[in-house]
Amino acid sequence: MAEENNVNDIIKEENCVFKKTRLLTDKPLSFCPGCGHGVIHRITAEAIEELGIEEETIGIAPVGCAVLAYEFFDIDMQEAAHGRAPALATGIKRVYPNKYVFTYQGDGDLAAIGTAETIHSCNRGENILIIFVNNGIYGMTGGQMAPTTLEGAKTATCPYGRDTSTMGYPLRITEIISQLPGVRFVTRQSVHTPAAVRKAKAAIKKAFQYQSEGKQGTCFIEIVSNCNSGWKMTPSQANKWMEENTFKYYEPGDIKDDFKLLKDVVKK
Amino acid sequence: MGELRLMKGNEALAEAAIRAGVDAYYGYPITPQSEVMEYLMAANPIKTTGMVVLQAESEVASINMVYGAAGAGKMAMTSSSSPGISLMQEGISYIAGAELPCVTVNVVRGGPGLGTIQPSQADYFQTVKGGGHGDYHLITLAPASVQEMADFLKLAFELAFKYRNPAMILSDGVIGQMMEKVELFDPIPRRTDEFIKETCPWATTGRKKGTPHRIITSLNLVASVQEAFNKKLVDKYTKIKENEVRCELINCDDAEYIIVAYGSSARTSMKAVDLARAKGIKAGLLRPQTLWPFPEKQIQQLAKTAKGFLSVEMSAGQMVEDVKLAVNGTVPVEHFGRMGGMIASPGEILQALENFINKK
Repeated sequence: MAEENNVNDIIKEENCVFKKTRLLTDKPLSFCPGCGHGVIHRITAEAIEELGIEEETIGIAPVGCAVLAYEFFDIDMQEAAHGRAPALATGIKRVYPNKYVFTYQGDGDLAAIGTAETIHSCNRGENILIIFVNNGIYGMTGGQMAPTTLEGAKTATCPYGRDTSTMGYPLRITEIISQLPGVRFVTRQSVHTPAAVRKAKAAIKKAFQYQSEGKQGTCFIEIVSNCNSGWKMTPSQANKWMEENTFKYYEPGDIKDDFKLLKDVVKK
Repeated sequence: MGELRLMKGNEALAEAAIRAGVDAYYGYPITPQSEVMEYLMAANPIKTTGMVVLQAESEVASINMVYGAAGAGKMAMTSSSSPGISLMQEGISYIAGAELPCVTVNVVRGGPGLGTIQPSQADYFQTVKGGGHGDYHLITLAPASVQEMADFLKLAFELAFKYRNPAMILSDGVIGQMMEKVELFDPIPRRTDEFIKETCPWATTGRKKGTPHRIITSLNLVASVQEAFNKKLVDKYTKIKENEVRCELINCDDAEYIIVAYGSSARTSMKAVDLARAKGIKAGLLRPQTLWPFPEKQIQQLAKTAKGFLSVEMSAGQMVEDVKLAVNGTVPVEHFGRMGGMIASPGEILQALENFINKK
């Protein structure tokens, strides 16, 4: 029988293959197990840490599942009223043009109640980063229809499925945003596989770097995510469903870079 | 002596903002206060003091831009008129809940709804009794001249930062639009980032390594925590009530009948007091300069000798309720006012005062 390893001999700096970024606090995340928000928080914090900009970064938390983002990010944070995060970010960035300012918003916050603030801050080309987490549902209030809920999808407020004749169509706000001349970088990412997480993090990092160049222009990153509890699925089922359904309507990939559209965003 | 100019109230306020070292004005046009942003845009202070002036997409956005900048310790303000101020109430409530110092200006017009674009004082309740949701108060200053439009802008910021509380300048269409001589105070340099870091340790200016992060929020999910915060606010409001009441007393020493009026109603009431005195009526004027905190003690003091109070407002009778609370039934209190943008003449006010006296 092999000699038993003492666990304390294993916990050493040289054996460390992964550790939590110090820009996340030790507060337990309030997200459901399987939800993408925790990963998106982590890669955002990692990007800020790796760029060494934590002392110059101010984040804005939304209303929705990520309302407590300010408790999890160990950086200076402001909590906005529902949908108003881009207005707060504008207010800060205009008086501190050299700081890094980002918002973290969900689909109800950004694409329903905050549509005006989203469109107009992007249209002014505010030099901020907007991280938009789209899981097609209102998670925190208990699974109601979001502006991005897919046609036919069932939620608490469309229990027979989203009927586009009375409830409108799922909103591709990211494609709308990409057409505004003030917007510099638009991409749609996901965090449901390790490869996707790496790509999403690279996009966030790139967007923060763009902000430091002093070139005016909004960066807008949509992260298509899951809501396994709201969708009434296991986490792996939710990710599979997302790949098979959500990605068809919300295609992952870069949409605009350095003010140039990379694809035809006007769907026939 | 400071620089003398002939200006509109709205222009004097805008000029005072530049001179007071304000960092940012975020606004949206609305009659009768659009001159504020027009003046600021023409003055282009980004080139001189570095002050930011931005036209937002709505009043909702304006007040939230103010929230962001104020949360980062800067002197931020907005101005609007009644319907626009209604749109801002959500943001004002959040600002009160996050304890942010900032200044909002309401150049009041007639309501409800779109109402009129003429002067009114019908937003008194909205301003001093809440407006937005939750238990909170705005430090409320009521200018009665173009001079006070300038001076109160500076004072409002001083009080807002002293107490970490939003302040409102409750003006009206007369004060905003009329021209008067104004003596402008000398320009004060904008506060440096270092000064803000020292004096506003709560402000989100970027967390230094090894220090706790700053959070600007109005959310407390635990009821007992929220109640403790509410109590803290109550304590702050008590302190403001004790220290910051401002009012002007005119001919009150021997007065039997006191008119209580603020803003442009105080100006017409001053003339009405003169007319009354000429007729042998011992009338006086109490002019609140702060509407919250309200000059309760001053009114109580006068109520010991006065025979009655007439609250004169351009409304259906709002401030009169606070006068009644202060007088507490010891002497009669009545309201007189015009509405919808109509302005009471001194003669009408005198008539109302005589009717009030004769009724007794």
